[in-house]
Formats: sequence, structure tokens, C-alpha cells
Amino acid sequence: MEKTKQQKMRDFLINNGVIIVMFILVIYTGVTNKNFLTTGNFTNILMNMSSRLVIALGIAGCVITAGCDLSAGRMIGFAACIAGTLLQKVDYSGKFFPGMKPLNIFVVLLIVLAITGLFGAITGFFIAYLHVPPFIATLAMMEIVYGLALIYTNATPLGGYVTQYTDIASGKFLGVSHLIWIAIIVAAITWFIFNMTRHGKYMYAIGGNPQAAEVAGVPVKLTMILIYMKAAMMYGLAGFMLGAKAGGASVNLGYGYEMEAIAACTIGGVSVTGGRGKVSSAIIGVAVFELLKAALQYLGVNANAQYIAIGIVIFVAISLDIRKYVAKK
Amino acid sequence: MANEYKLELRGVSKSFPGVKALDNVQLAVRPGTVHALMGENGAGKSTLMKCLFGIYKMDAGEVLIDGQKVIINNPDEAMKMGIAMVHQELQPVPARSVGENMYLGRFPVWKFGPFQIINHKKMYEDTEKWLNEVDMHFDARAQLSTLSIGQMQSVEIAKAVSHDAKVIIFDEPTSSLSDNEVETLFKIMENLRKRGVAMIYISHKMDEIKRIADDVTVMRDGTYIGTWPAKDLTIDDIIAKMVGRELTNIYPAKDRTPGEVVMEVKDLSSIHERSFQNVSFNLRKGEILGFGGLVGAQRTELMEGLFGIRNLSKGEVIIHGKKVVIKNPKDAMNAGIGMITEDRRARGIFGCLSIKDNVGVSVYNKFLKAGFILDHAKINKVVDESINKLRIKTPSSKEHIANLSGGNQQKVIVSRWLANDPDILIMDEPTRGIDVGAKHEIYEIMTDLAKQGKAIIMISSEMAELLGMSDRVVVMCNGKKTGEIDTEDEMTQEKVMSYATMF
Repeated sequence: MEKTKQQKMRDFLINNGVIIVMFILVIYTGVTNKNFLTTGNFTNILMNMSSRLVIALGIAGCVITAGCDLSAGRMIGFAACIAGTLLQKVDYSGKFFPGMKPLNIFVVLLIVLAITGLFGAITGFFIAYLHVPPFIATLAMMEIVYGLALIYTNATPLGGYVTQYTDIASGKFLGVSHLIWIAIIVAAITWFIFNMTRHGKYMYAIGGNPQAAEVAGVPVKLTMILIYMKAAMMYGLAGFMLGAKAGGASVNLGYGYEMEAIAACTIGGVSVTGGRGKVSSAIIGVAVFELLKAALQYLGVNANAQYIAIGIVIFVAISLDIRKYVAKK
Repeated sequence: MANEYKLELRGVSKSFPGVKALDNVQLAVRPGTVHALMGENGAGKSTLMKCLFGIYKMDAGEVLIDGQKVIINNPDEAMKMGIAMVHQELQPVPARSVGENMYLGRFPVWKFGPFQIINHKKMYEDTEKWLNEVDMHFDARAQLSTLSIGQMQSVEIAKAVSHDAKVIIFDEPTSSLSDNEVETLFKIMENLRKRGVAMIYISHKMDEIKRIADDVTVMRDGTYIGTWPAKDLTIDDIIAKMVGRELTNIYPAKDRTPGEVVMEVKDLSSIHERSFQNVSFNLRKGEILGFGGLVGAQRTELMEGLFGIRNLSKGEVIIHGKKVVIKNPKDAMNAGIGMITEDRRARGIFGCLSIKDNVGVSVYNKFLKAGFILDHAKINKVVDESINKLRIKTPSSKEHIANLSGGNQQKVIVSRWLANDPDILIMDEPTRGIDVGAKHEIYEIMTDLAKQGKAIIMISSEMAELLGMSDRVVVMCNGKKTGEIDTEDEMTQEKVMSYATMF
């Protein structure tokens, strides 16, 4: 039976509803506000997207296995603080480690990734071996990481970074900010992992049916640990990027980003029931989020009311998305 | 004059995107009779019943009860009109008690004005009453998940009976029942017949149809073929009408000679005392070793223990003369064992993934470039080969497995294990919920594999299948091995049953 043109049109509208609405909003904002559709503004949006995308790609792995990661936001803050303390100028007055020479920036990045990766692996261990539900395990890790960040920094805000560090945000390669390059590289690597490695395929299998995965000989426990470890390292990278962009950090950096990342993933089409989701889903979701925020700002919508708009978008987007999978009567 | 039919369905049609699932189908059930609804899987039986229940909305057609036209929009309305269903796939709430499952949605309550408080005492008393009615004696307060599949089904049956329904649909009720439980079910059905209940009975088991049915309606490919009195049809007639062709011999010939012993299992025991204990057996190259027994005989558990899914308290497994230690499925696979599980949907397929990913999941280690990059070209080749070889009906390997019929899903799982090339293949109820045509194909695949020298363990609760396919049969009862039948002459239903009931 052939689908009629009308049905095809309807399916198209439902499948791409959020993106279409986004386009309309962008065009409308562009027409009413001539500063919106400018290269400068879009570079800005892309810069904002870059760290958010890295977070969303990390959390996507957790969501695809029908989990979530509440610790992302606090990991970001912790990572930004660790990087900040190690990359301050020698002559900065409020220096955290007075007199210490700033370390090599790549060494600092490796330290940050190692620390967040370790904590992610611990979360993964509890989820995989002790069967703690991801929601609870990551909630616990969220508290622990926040506490560690507070103790480590004494809740002091950090600043006075060496220029090599801030250059990551302000510097450009081929006319494109380093931040955006990092996001592109992370997206490419993630795509490779999701599609071209066993780990990626195992992730989808576990998300689709964990019991069947076990019988099929999938190393379920190891895969779960790797997913949460990999995700945490990506939060670490995002924290490192955000610190560079802001030129400073505090323990509260990144707070609430985990929720936005989960929302972005689901808006883009990562199924919270597990087994479905692509790299492109995370990219679309993050783009929708950042464009929405920027457009609302340009339209002069009250900053507080923007939260409501974002909430409505999540409701609508997920309702439409679910329609694809719920059996039709 | 009173209406001849209790329930009538007329001219029912239903289309899904791309498929016409039902085309002008009719069904008329007389009160106090059992009406068998027959057809291969995919013939549209379940779709028809879902239309009756308002789970699907029919495109055309009408429902009549006692000659009156009615419209049913959802299962709740169906229940109020006295139509109940014992589902093919159980839909209970495993974490709650038997009583709560029985009375879900209609809990007995104490009323205090607008407030209602659940009357637990009455609920459990009534539940026990209904359980006794269907000759089942277990605790109404027990958590449902602690029961066997057979017992859960009894709860479903008790639930339908408790509704005082005038029409009861049994959708493959016996597929997970032991022979004793089937007898109990038939007794209940006799009872219901006397009370004038109209019953629709969907089953693939021909001998049951001959025993219990008054009328037979046959469907094929979503169309109505005809209705006949059951006594006028032979089993061969029914099969011929269902498949539209004559099925001469459903089990392939056993023309193979098993070779040397490939696996010795000694004293395998579960950590749970009530599960399998001290089971020993040998498996030879190129043979099909059947495992018979009643539901609850712990055959599945034994195989899961062997495959590293369940913990063992003691026991030894020797493969090709070497002792192996199997702690998880990966170890089992490395030792050359593959396993096709009993519950395909829960533990076999990945519903949201493609056929390719469903086959690939166990064999990615074999298809790598540079040690870690998946070689998609090679994987595609293997998957396409098995689609051709096992005749899996699908437009492409990218199709979601959830869109295939049960038989084709099972073939995909078989492909998964063949791609892995194990020496020993455990098949737990390999043809459960699969239609006659596909069953035959699975049997042929099994026979081919045995001829190629694979050693196959087959658990089967269908006596005919067990005897028709196996070279030897091990029978279990209550976690213990109670008998082994090595010769074709001794392979009789009576012999198996006597071992299976050696409690």
C-alpha cells in the first residue's frame, strides 16, 4: 500500500517538527532583528554550542543505555577548577598555589581527564557490578564531586589564567575558534566509537535489551564502566573548555548543564528508553537549544520566561518524538 | 428465537502501513462451545482478537453480541460486555502479588463517601477462591514474579474466569503449560462449556484442537478460509487449509550417525537447592540431544548454568577432553557453546536494532580491521548470506527485527550463533510461538547443523517435537535427571512421561 502525499507530508512534519519550528523561529528573529543573522552572532552561538555538544555527546552514551548522568554538571565545575588552579599566571595576585609555575596546558588537560575519568569509572562500577540504578549512582557521584570541588578550592573563584589557556577559546585555526575545532573532533571521534567499534555496538545492544546482551556474550559490565568513564572524561574536557572561555571558574560552573544535555539529547532523538540515538541527534538537540536561547534573547523575551519556553519545547519535542515509536492504533 | 451465536464478527478489515492484515474476515461463536481459530503466525488471528478488544481500531466490519451490534473501543469496555482474554504474551505486573494482579483495575473497596479504600482481606480471599476454582493452590499474597510461567498463566485464566465472562478468548494458553496443567485447563473449559460460555481457542497444537474444539475457523494471510465442525476435519485437513499446501512429513529424517563425545557434564548443581542438582550427561558430535520434562523441571536453568548465566555450587564440564570453567556467557562462547534462549523477546532479540546488528552482536570480535575497527563490509556479507541461506523473509538486513514474524526472528537468532560457529548449540524451545511452516524450516536447519557435525541440545516441551527430532532424550523432573532414552524403540511418549513424573 502506497502512502498518500498527504500522509507523507504529515509524517515529514511530525518527524522534523522541532527542526522546522526552529527554522521558523530563526528566520522570524532574523527578519525582526537585523543583528541576529550575522556571522558574529552565529560564531557566538557555535562557541556556546561547542562545550554543550561535548557534554551532550558524553551523556548520550548513558542515555542510549537507558541511563542518565546527573553528575555531569558538578564534574564540569570540578574539572574547570582543577584546570584553573594549575594554569594561573605566576604574578597573579590571588593565585591559588602561590609561586607555582603554570604547568603545560596539555599536561593539565591530561590530569583533568584522568581525574574525571576515574570518578566516572567509579560511578560505572557501582552501576555495572553493584546494580545501583544510574539515576541514583550519578546522583551520589554528583554530591561527592561537588564536595571535593568545594574542599579543593575552598569555594574561592579562580582567575588570572595564562594566555595559552585562554587562547583555546579566543585563538583560531583556519578562521575557526579552537573551541569549535575541539567540538568537531570530539563529535567525529564519538561517531567513530558509536558506529565503527565493538564498544558502540555493545552500547546499543545493552540499551536495546540488557538481558539479551548478556546471553549474546556482550561484556555488559565492562561496557557500562567504559560508557560512564568516557562520559565523565568528556565532561572534564567541557569544563576545561568552559574555563578557557570564561577566563575563570568557580565550583558552580556547569551547574544544571546535565539536565540541559539530557534534554538536548532527547530533543534530537536519543530515546530515553534506550537503544536509539546518534551523534547527529546530539548535534541537532544542542543546536535547537542554543538557537532557541539566542533567538529568545534577541526577541527581548524576559530571561526568566525563557525557562518556560525551553520547558515547552522539551514537552512538544519529546511528545512528537515518542510518536515515531509508539505503535499506532 | 434466541440468537444462535453469542458473538459474531462480520466483514472485519484492518490495514497497517504497507500491509493488509485483515481482509473481510468473519467469525461466529455459539454459546457453550469451543471455537478453534487456526492459522499460521501472521495469518491475522491475534490482530482479529485485538480488533475485537478495541486494542486496534478496525477499518471496516462490525461486532455483534447476542445479535446486537456493539462498539468496543478498549479492553475495559470489552470486559464490561463480558469478553475476557487469556493473553498469548502474559501482561502481568510481576512485582505485585497474585491478588493484586487478579483484581487490578477493579479492586474490592470499602467506600467512605467519595473516598475508597482497598479491601485487601476480601481481595485475597476472593483470589484464593478463584484460584481454587481453576484447581491451583498457591498463596494469593505471593509476589507474581516468584511463580513459574505456567503458574502465571493460571492466574490469567483464573482472572478471566473470575470476570464471569460470557466470551473467553484463549490465545495460545497451553504454549507454556505442562501436560498436567493442560489437563486442568481442559477440565475448566469443560466446566465453562456447561455454563454456556462461548470460547475462542487459538493454538498451534493440533491434538488439542481435536480434543477440545467444537468448531474450527481457519484463516490464512489475513483472509477467512472457512468454518467447519471439528469432527469433520482431520489434523492433516486443518494443516492443509492453514498452509494452503499438504505437509507430508513435518520432521526431517534422522539419517545421521552421531560421532565421538564432545562434551561431558558431571554433577552440575545450582547454588539453589530447589533448582537443578547433580545432573550428568554426555553430548556427541552430530547429534540432537533432547531434554524433556514438565514445566518447572529446571531444564532451562540447567542450560543457563552450563552457559554461565547462573551460578553453580559444583560440577564439571569437559569439552573435547579438556576441563573448562565457565563463569559467564563469554567463557561459554570461547569454549564453543552457543545458546538460543526460550524467551525470544525478553532474552533473544534486540527489538529496536536491525537484523544486521542482531546477528553481529555476538561476532564483532571476528570482524575487525586493525584490531578495533568494525569491518562493516564483511559483516554485511555474513548477514546477507545467512538471510539467503536460512530464507529469512525481509526486505533488507537493515530492517528492524521487531518487524519480523516470530519464525523469522528465530532464524535471525540462529544466524547470530551460526556466524559464531559454535561446536555445541543449546536451543531452548526453538519453535515456541512459531507457525507450522517456519517450524519445519527450523527443523531442517537443525538437522543440517547436526549433519555438519554440530552437537545440538534441544529443550522441548512438545512431546511430538522431542520424539520427532532427538537422537537421544534426557528427561528431568524437579531439578534431577530421572531418565535417559538412548534407543529409537524406547522413545515413546509413555516412557518420557513416566520419567518426567518421577518426583
